[in-house]
Amino acid sequence: MTTIQDLGRSGFQERAINPGGSMDNLTPRLLNILLGNEDSLATLEIHYPTPVILFEESAIISMGGADFSAKINGKDVDSWKAFPVKTGDTLSFGSKKLGERCYLAVKGGLDVDPVLGSSSTNIQAGFGGRHIQKGDRLNTRLRNGSFFAAVEKLKISPRTVNGKLRPAFESRQELRVIAGKEIDTLDEESRNRIFSQQFIVSAHCNRMGYRLEGDSVNSRNYGEILSSSVDFGTIQLLPDGQVLILMADHQTTGGYPKIGNVIAVDLPILAQLSVGQHIHFREISIETAENVYLKQEREIRKFKAAMSLYA
Amino acid sequence: MRYTVHPISEKSLTVYFDQVIDEKLNDLVISSCNWLKQNPFKGFIEVVPAFASFSIFYDLVEINRQKKYSETCFQYVSKLIDQIPFADLTRNQYKGEEFIVPVRYTGKDLKWVSDFLKLPEKEIILYHTSKIYRVYMMGFLPGFAYLGGVDDRLVVPRKKTPEIDIEAGSVGLAGNQTGVYPVSSPGGWQIIGHTSFQFFDPAEPEVSVLQAGDRVRFIEMC
Repeated sequence: MTTIQDLGRSGFQERAINPGGSMDNLTPRLLNILLGNEDSLATLEIHYPTPVILFEESAIISMGGADFSAKINGKDVDSWKAFPVKTGDTLSFGSKKLGERCYLAVKGGLDVDPVLGSSSTNIQAGFGGRHIQKGDRLNTRLRNGSFFAAVEKLKISPRTVNGKLRPAFESRQELRVIAGKEIDTLDEESRNRIFSQQFIVSAHCNRMGYRLEGDSVNSRNYGEILSSSVDFGTIQLLPDGQVLILMADHQTTGGYPKIGNVIAVDLPILAQLSVGQHIHFREISIETAENVYLKQEREIRKFKAAMSLYA
Repeated sequence: MRYTVHPISEKSLTVYFDQVIDEKLNDLVISSCNWLKQNPFKGFIEVVPAFASFSIFYDLVEINRQKKYSETCFQYVSKLIDQIPFADLTRNQYKGEEFIVPVRYTGKDLKWVSDFLKLPEKEIILYHTSKIYRVYMMGFLPGFAYLGGVDDRLVVPRKKTPEIDIEAGSVGLAGNQTGVYPVSSPGGWQIIGHTSFQFFDPAEPEVSVLQAGDRVRFIEMC
């Protein structure tokens, strides 16, 4: 599945229109910055099995996220770098090496009309962005005239994304979480189960949510819970005692107990984990979660400032 | 007004009132949301009403610029909530719009519902069409309204195994709620009818039909 996604649409949750957007919402920002784009521009979110993309015009692109062995005209390409492609070049992919979602950004951005303020594809409701089908044609907003000037600049710029900034899903399996409202109603044993056990990413994982497998947690202590808002990363305890983490295409509201929320900085890592991988939760304070987020935003701003010298 | 504030994520929080389904309390939820939209603080992104709570989504970078060094962003936004004039807002009665939704009561679960409730189909239709339902909140799917006020005689359980594909316009019953699937979706409600009334149009997602506080009446179309 390949769709157009940006950082999602906000302001319409009161109408039950979910924010959506990229699952790994860090990688597309970094790729856009690398190209001198606004970091919120739409990119292609590519899942395995992958498409083959023919460039009918020259462009400057960057790729990152999952490693699906990307090739231009059969030759390996580097992730996290900006590079030019020429008319007639073909982008294809090989084996799925690491991660679940690969992102492709183009200089100038994809020419797609925003709907409700965003170019993200809402697959379930069928609007916005585009669910790419064989034979589809996409335009970029950068035309050939400015392409050559951009390539000249590219030659002098040391364009890559610092490894520290990239989502480190190769190694880390710990997800930091802040406690949710219903965590206090768990008995001690259940709480320990949440924070001490290794969960396994199950086969029931998609853009809406990740169902984890683990020792089941007692969920009987809850009375009726009235539905209220949830967020990207909300950890819900299901009636069968299993755990569901809400992802980019989550519903706006939920009626299951909220036991925590994966912090925003760790969501891009979760979005790249594959079936069978182990994860565990570590509880941190809201204060720490805020600071971790603000620190990452400062690092992104620094990267943006460095890249703007070559824009 | 009693309420508690809990973070959802580091960028969102929920203000909980007493957790009951009550028209007046839901009026206060809606009035509070409207007040916030009219008096947004710096860094405010959006506010979402629910049955007996509302949630605020905010821009952490902007809040961090506003707040004092000694407090968290969560504490800063929590203090802003104290400034909402809840006492004044309690006096507001929110007046929503009323919508009439024509339904063909030919849903594939109507017979099951009739057997389960031991009521003839005619009576189910009569009870379903004789109430005015309040939209307590929007959620689940774009354009989906949680409608409260279902006749006590029409309370049925959800399906044990959700259907994979319920078509757009299906009118369902579940517990003491009724609702219409605005787009096709998996779902576990008992389908008693169908409507061509469009609650959400993917071709025109800008057009919002229902919002919390509105009222819905179903009429039978033969």
